[in-house]
Amino acid sequence: MTAVVELRAVGKAFGQAPVLHGIDLSVTEHQIVSLIGPSGCGKSTLLKCINGLEPVDAGEIWLDGERVSGPGADLNHLRRRVGIVFQNFNLFPHMTVLDNITLAPRKVLKQRRELAEREARRLLDRIGLAEKASAYPDRLSGGQQQRVAIARALAMKPRLLLLDEVTSALDPQLVGEVLGIIRELAAEGMTMILATHEMRFAREVSNVVCFLHQGSICESGPPEQVLGNPRNELTRAFLRRERAVEPAAAGWIAGG
Amino acid sequence: MSGDPRPAVLDEPSQATARPAVRGRDRALLLCAALPPFGWLAIYRYAGARRSAQRGDAYTARVHLNRAREWGWYAVATAVVVLVAGLTVAALLSQDHAVVSTFFNGQVLRASLPDVLTGFWLNVRLFLLAEVLVLPWAFIVAAVRLLPGRAAGPVRALAICYVDLFRGLPAVIVIYLIAFGLPIAGLPVLAGLSGFELCTLALVLVYGAYVSEVFRAGMASVHWSQPAAARSLGLSHLQSVRYVVAPQAIRRIIPPLLNDFIGLQKDTSLVSFVGLLDAFNQSRIIASNSFNLSAVTGVGVVFVLITIPMARLVDYLTARDVRRTQAGAA
Repeated sequence: MTAVVELRAVGKAFGQAPVLHGIDLSVTEHQIVSLIGPSGCGKSTLLKCINGLEPVDAGEIWLDGERVSGPGADLNHLRRRVGIVFQNFNLFPHMTVLDNITLAPRKVLKQRRELAEREARRLLDRIGLAEKASAYPDRLSGGQQQRVAIARALAMKPRLLLLDEVTSALDPQLVGEVLGIIRELAAEGMTMILATHEMRFAREVSNVVCFLHQGSICESGPPEQVLGNPRNELTRAFLRRERAVEPAAAGWIAGG
Repeated sequence: MSGDPRPAVLDEPSQATARPAVRGRDRALLLCAALPPFGWLAIYRYAGARRSAQRGDAYTARVHLNRAREWGWYAVATAVVVLVAGLTVAALLSQDHAVVSTFFNGQVLRASLPDVLTGFWLNVRLFLLAEVLVLPWAFIVAAVRLLPGRAAGPVRALAICYVDLFRGLPAVIVIYLIAFGLPIAGLPVLAGLSGFELCTLALVLVYGAYVSEVFRAGMASVHWSQPAAARSLGLSHLQSVRYVVAPQAIRRIIPPLLNDFIGLQKDTSLVSFVGLLDAFNQSRIIASNSFNLSAVTGVGVVFVLITIPMARLVDYLTARDVRRTQAGAA
């Protein structure tokens, strides 16, 4: 089976500072890959590179057997097929929830308004926010905003969904509702790459966990191995530190 | 409180200043507090504070003292206004009402009103047409300056040159050169334009440069994560400007945009230098015929009057928008 997305020796630098180097990663259909690692290890940058928001400086990115990186690549076409959800939601504050979701289908896919709105309402229904269709984002809670942001990305029917620490900006009691949606998407077979600090969640949903350290993948494999029995000393040290802070946020997972 | 308003309207030496227990600031305030009518309220409250303090009721004393201070400041503020108003009236009435009759001669004002208003209609048509044209023109210039990538480099440079040139040129020179120069130069199409149209063109060029900078600053002030979110959904650069960046920028640039529009409205009076019969030109003719400046004053008043409703309208629109997106019902 060909990979949905494949990264070959991807490298990226901001000026003189290298952020990513030699990243090889292949994600097949229905796979869920979690990127873990300390802050500043390059998780977010890697996701932004896959989505084409940051150009890569070295290596290649292939989507469905098609090269999508490098000079002259059609980034708009790439972004149409790869959705991303940001840590800070980044909803459009001047538009209603419904308009936030229908903007891209209408303007990029040229869908008729009725069709786009019907689809958007179906998505809102699914994330449990049907009654918020005509509300403005500022009036929603963080968890609700993040659910709308996920719906906005899903409205484009992406091949691949990137989730960039989508619960990091939320109050602990709001994390559960967002993870619940991701869990549902996982059950439906959505191909996803998520950067996360939620170790238990990564272990629960993902097929592959990659530990990033200083811009390269130190260790990757099934979650039981990387999170349960890590071989790399750096991974072990990182997990020890994470475990020290984890219990505080763990309550919601037990509730599921 | 540093200024000593005694020269203004102080009519009663304050007895309170003599009391030993008063702090310096309160003493200064009380000095001002002797100003009627609010000063008396301050003194009354201050006396109440003393009485309460002597009774040992510290809470009531503090309440009274706060009120005394508040009324004291109020008295100072009122005194400043009375002083300014008094000086103005004195200036108007000095020299046997010379100022009033020079600038505000009712007879001349009334007689000149029809001509002035006819002339002002030209100003109104000028600025309305120019404003309508400036908006899309300035938006295009700003959008070009914000185009990303190497391919857009040449047009970006062109836009920068235009803005630098026309922001630096005095409006009166642009109007002069365009209204007189283009017909002489005989350029096709442009030479055939009327004086009114040439002046509109000059004003659009000058104010397009200013307003494009307002647009550009407004769009640059939208957080980068907004266009990033738009681009991540597959929108093109122009689509993200059109649907995400510009609508958010517009809300922020309305106050500076209003400034530039008021400037544009005032600068329509410069067309009198190329012979158009606008309000200012009419009033100058009347002024030299009647040896009296009242008609010119009248034009000034009319210019001020039209900007006031516009300012209130913008306040209203801004407040409505804040209500709609942040607090109110959808």
